[in-house]
Amino acid sequence: MDIMILSAPVNTVSGTALWRSLLLLLCALMLFVFSVGTAGAQTQRLDITEGQVAPIPVAIAEFTGPDGLPSEVGRQISQIISDDLVSSGLFSAVDSAAFIKPPESPSIRPDFSNWTPLGAKGLLVGSAFLDADGLLQIEFVLWDIVSQRNITEGGGSANQSGIRRIAHQIADFVYQEFTGDSPYFDTQIVYVSESGPRDRRVKRLAIMDQDGFNHKFLTSGLDLVLTPRFSPTAHEVAYLNYFNDEPNVYLLDIASGRTERLGSFPGMTFAPRFDPDGNKLIMSLAQDGRTDIFQMDLRTQSLSQLTRSASIDTSPSFAPDGSKIVFNSDRGGSQQLYIMDATGKNVKRISFGQGRYATPVWSPRGDIIAFTKMFKNEFFIGVMNVDGSGERLLARGFLVEAPTWAPNGRVLMYFKQEPVSNDGQGGQTYLYRVDITGFNERRVNTPADASDPAWSPLLQ
Amino acid sequence: MIKRFLPLLAASALFAACETASTTSGDATSSAATSSQAQAQASASSETGSAGLTAENQLASVGDTVLFGFDSASLTDSAQATLNRQAAFLQASPTLRVLIGGHADERGTREYNLALGERRAAATRDYLVAKGVNSARIRIISYGKERPMAVGSNESAWSKNRRAVTALN
Repeated sequence: MDIMILSAPVNTVSGTALWRSLLLLLCALMLFVFSVGTAGAQTQRLDITEGQVAPIPVAIAEFTGPDGLPSEVGRQISQIISDDLVSSGLFSAVDSAAFIKPPESPSIRPDFSNWTPLGAKGLLVGSAFLDADGLLQIEFVLWDIVSQRNITEGGGSANQSGIRRIAHQIADFVYQEFTGDSPYFDTQIVYVSESGPRDRRVKRLAIMDQDGFNHKFLTSGLDLVLTPRFSPTAHEVAYLNYFNDEPNVYLLDIASGRTERLGSFPGMTFAPRFDPDGNKLIMSLAQDGRTDIFQMDLRTQSLSQLTRSASIDTSPSFAPDGSKIVFNSDRGGSQQLYIMDATGKNVKRISFGQGRYATPVWSPRGDIIAFTKMFKNEFFIGVMNVDGSGERLLARGFLVEAPTWAPNGRVLMYFKQEPVSNDGQGGQTYLYRVDITGFNERRVNTPADASDPAWSPLLQ
Repeated sequence: MIKRFLPLLAASALFAACETASTTSGDATSSAATSSQAQAQASASSETGSAGLTAENQLASVGDTVLFGFDSASLTDSAQATLNRQAAFLQASPTLRVLIGGHADERGTREYNLALGERRAAATRDYLVAKGVNSARIRIISYGKERPMAVGSNESAWSKNRRAVTALN
């Protein structure tokens, strides 16, 4: 899954591919194997950290059935792939109406002279149909139109509940080959779904694919729940639950729906985050007017105290290598960001800009930290380097909060709340995502108001 | 899509069965009292005071809410006056227990405001204890910015929402 394979000097005469296999778990019942070939073609690369770039035009043919004509499931899959790629802001889909007839099957080499005039850099061709047993049979080839070479190909089968995931995985291959970056389409979002009057808001945990499909609720709404966070396997969610009017951090097993309260303390636990290995949780414990950061061993549920001050220390987030923790504290008089060793030692303030800073989240790449900033009656989502330099603001609004990273560290999701009038009108609360260069801000579709998003790692 | 929820709902229904007796909101200031508050208030109301008022009404008449400045948990003179009356009331009714809910306005981040609400509730409790109320009679909880008393994105509403509310428990 990295660009080294692409840039490896594989000299191929006839586009013969270097094969590798990837295990893809599509659902609990079905394992299936994708063979992916990569050739040593020079593909288009871009570095979005340099700023806004023109999107890469790709042509995504409707996947065909055994008769060589687009199949119903093939059209659906092509649409999902196209929507994923376009949503990143890094790709544009060549209008299929402008298509010259694409090859009738992925095994046929396209006539590249038909595609070059359309400006397309890549052409994705595939077949997809349901066999006699109702299983999806799928194959695809990604062509580099400039070098006229096959860059990636693969195939497999899945039951029908896996159709969307297969499509996201193919979109991930295309994204990876053309950006040289790790992908993020085969991921999920857990968040808080909101409904009801402003002063008695009903909040439920909900989960969905990153494109908003396959939405389902995880809690009933009976208890107030806040701030869900994925474990590194994406199998569990840690969150704050007001069950019995005793706010505490709980763990939810997504597959079984089982919940477990994490320990019992004389005080309120909240603001949970997993360590990169998933063996520990860091969180806040508020007691007697002071809030400190603690670490819990998830096997023994034993606690160790990391900060010890009369101030509020909260919103801790691990560096991806587990060596450091960034957190929010008012120990200097106002909310600012601090970094400390994972042991709690060597606390150092990093935010020195104007205003108050909160909700720091370490990028999965390790090099920057996302945060919420409050300044002059406005809220902002921004990023800064780990030493506090290089602050850049990516989104603003009356209330924007709670950034969460796509697993490749290229996209941030957060929520925005509009102002509420005295009669309770307004206050729309929605999820948004933005490229870390600050362009391509898009609303994420949810069935109701939504807050506190958490992006999963790539699914396994 | 509903179908896909069914296994989960079945699981949460079991869970829910265990918690129906508990409160869902617990917001002391909410006009729609939740079931456990209603129960607590029903039992408390059997202890009528000298004036024939329920304990709940007496607490309301001495003032159940104190307000705070922005990002502050300091008790103002006015807040201290209210808490002096609360302390006197609680000492006159030694069997009552209370829950102090700490709240914040919406102009802060969720997790920080949970801590700020706890700080406000603790400051309120500490004042009552200093005035002689047994700390074992007081439980505190923070709702952060989750349960505003006044709806609206303006300073008037925000100033009413930065509060600690004492309720019978």
